[in-house]
Amino acid sequence: MTRIAARFAELARTGRAGLVTYLTGGDPDAATFAALLAALPGAGADLIEIGVPFSDPMADGPSIQAAGLRALRAGATVATTLGIVRRFRARDAATPIILMGYYNPIHSYGVAKFLGDAKSVGVDGLIVVDLPPEHDDELCLPAREAGIDFIRLATPTTDDRRLPIVLNNISGFLYYVAIAGITGTGSAAVDDVAKAVTRLKQHTALPIAVGFGIKTPRQAAEIARLADAAVVGSALVDRLAANLDDNARARPGLIDAVLADVSALAHGVRDARR
Amino acid sequence: MPSANTYRAGPDERGLFGRYGGRFVAETLMPLILEVERAYHAARRDPDFAKELTYYLEHYVGRPSPLYFAARLTRHWRGAKIYLKREDLNHTGAHKINSTMGQILLARRMGKRRVIAETGAGQHGVATATVCALFDIPCVVYMGAVDIERQQPNVFRMKLLGAEVRAVNSGTATLKDAMNEALRDWVANVDDTYYLIGTVAGPHPYPAMVRDFQCIIGDEVKVQLQRAEGRLPDTLLACVGGGSNAMGLFFPFLDDASVQMVGVEAAGEGVATGRHAASINGGAPGVLHGNRTYLLQDRDGQIIDTHSVSAGLDYPGIGPEHAWLHDMRRIEYVAVRDEEALDAFQLLARLEGIIPALEAAHAIAEAGKRAPKLPMDHLLVINLSGRGDKDIYSVAKRRGINL
Repeated sequence: MTRIAARFAELARTGRAGLVTYLTGGDPDAATFAALLAALPGAGADLIEIGVPFSDPMADGPSIQAAGLRALRAGATVATTLGIVRRFRARDAATPIILMGYYNPIHSYGVAKFLGDAKSVGVDGLIVVDLPPEHDDELCLPAREAGIDFIRLATPTTDDRRLPIVLNNISGFLYYVAIAGITGTGSAAVDDVAKAVTRLKQHTALPIAVGFGIKTPRQAAEIARLADAAVVGSALVDRLAANLDDNARARPGLIDAVLADVSALAHGVRDARR
Repeated sequence: MPSANTYRAGPDERGLFGRYGGRFVAETLMPLILEVERAYHAARRDPDFAKELTYYLEHYVGRPSPLYFAARLTRHWRGAKIYLKREDLNHTGAHKINSTMGQILLARRMGKRRVIAETGAGQHGVATATVCALFDIPCVVYMGAVDIERQQPNVFRMKLLGAEVRAVNSGTATLKDAMNEALRDWVANVDDTYYLIGTVAGPHPYPAMVRDFQCIIGDEVKVQLQRAEGRLPDTLLACVGGGSNAMGLFFPFLDDASVQMVGVEAAGEGVATGRHAASINGGAPGVLHGNRTYLLQDRDGQIIDTHSVSAGLDYPGIGPEHAWLHDMRRIEYVAVRDEEALDAFQLLARLEGIIPALEAAHAIAEAGKRAPKLPMDHLLVINLSGRGDKDIYSVAKRRGINL
């Protein structure tokens, strides 16, 4: 069983939803990020998404755009991101790690080399925003072959005709993007998300994580009542950014501030179904 | 793709020209892109659509544009016979309106109530704002803050035409970032918005659709030169940023084996300096803005800053069909430096009384290198893709003149 499947099975056994956290790899610098990453499971992150920085993140709002640029300026590359995962994995064998990003850095690294290296450092899943099912031969199928889950986004524009195409070839979980829009912008109405999750459940047995627009523990709890996991990204990135000095360097309280938010979100998620 | 007997069969059903092109976009956009594709294919088969487009191209844009024999330029270079395809004489001053007219008619057919566009030099933004004014459709144009600074006249034109110009400060604040921002807008406004892309790039069907609308350039040249000289041209020259004016000129001739074609990229301060915008001459294949093509990128696949004196060529990619035609060696791609383009800008103004866009000046500069070595019966057609009125401020500034 893969780490992602095992984690969702465990969550189902305990009767609660999971918290998925997103932070951009290497933001604001490699050392701070590695320390933050190491502490995320303890603070309540059940699955961890690490953004692979890209210069042109077309589906991201200002918060994650800025995070990517900070990481790039601090020297982040695909290789350094994989290195961070390797060090994390040496101390945590259970928490799933999902790399999220855009295709070009992987394309440039070389797909076969990337998958080999990602597997060997302990990456469990990939979310590549600009690879729709029409291009499954590029990365999705080779990733499955390599034993890495390829996780796809379903959106409010994914109608019943398109949904089976989106669900084809994927594993791990389905990520439902609650709004038609970029990261860090609006929030969806709970009723709309409930309807969407019900519809998705009719088409797939995979766990469903919901993201985009979830900022507070209360919102996370609302999602946790409907879906198998809630994803929080921009809100955590914003907290990180609020703890930088004028030169975009980490201030002393940064890690604790982000972890406090993760804890509060985790409580929201864990208490949701009680 | 059947490449043995034709270069004009692409793209395939996945939008691929060989390995280039495709539809590398976020899932939110996929249903929209498929909808644009369906609507475009239906429009192509509809004689009423062709009739309407022809009407506006003739009576509003001012087509056909002349194919002008440049006698003084020919005498100056003492070689090939130079013809200029006068896309600068179109309404709004460039070839861009050929495609914006086609696309706005498509958007209307699709019932879209809002149009967004990206622009670099502002020519596509002006052409989009123009057709939106004509058909009373709200228009938002994304433009990099750096480009806004160097293309003030076009920014003002767009505003006069009723468009909202949104400054883009993200990334390098140039054309690629404007395209990112337009894609972000589209993702957030999927229900009512048509994204009117300005060049032969982006996700399928845009590269093929924009090419088809621009092919009127080459189609006219074929007829006009036949009338003037009774034969095909020997060489076609066009500047290439994204590559829509070049593709429009070249495509109708791709299967005429005797016709040599040259795409001219912007070498900026020189390809070797790293400060340029020559995707084929100085880049490598990658994936950006919905398609696989040659890109300017670093070793980690991050898109890098481009440089060109011409804002319209200042883009780190090139249309995927160009990438394929380069690999197939059907078209030759060269690069011309800022200084050479500026000299050509001046030369054409003095010799022919035509101030060319700095983009087109790159093609003229390349012609100046080739024409003197060619025989006098060699027919060389340069696509004069736009007029240079918009550029006089930045050219003056480079010479230390404050207008």
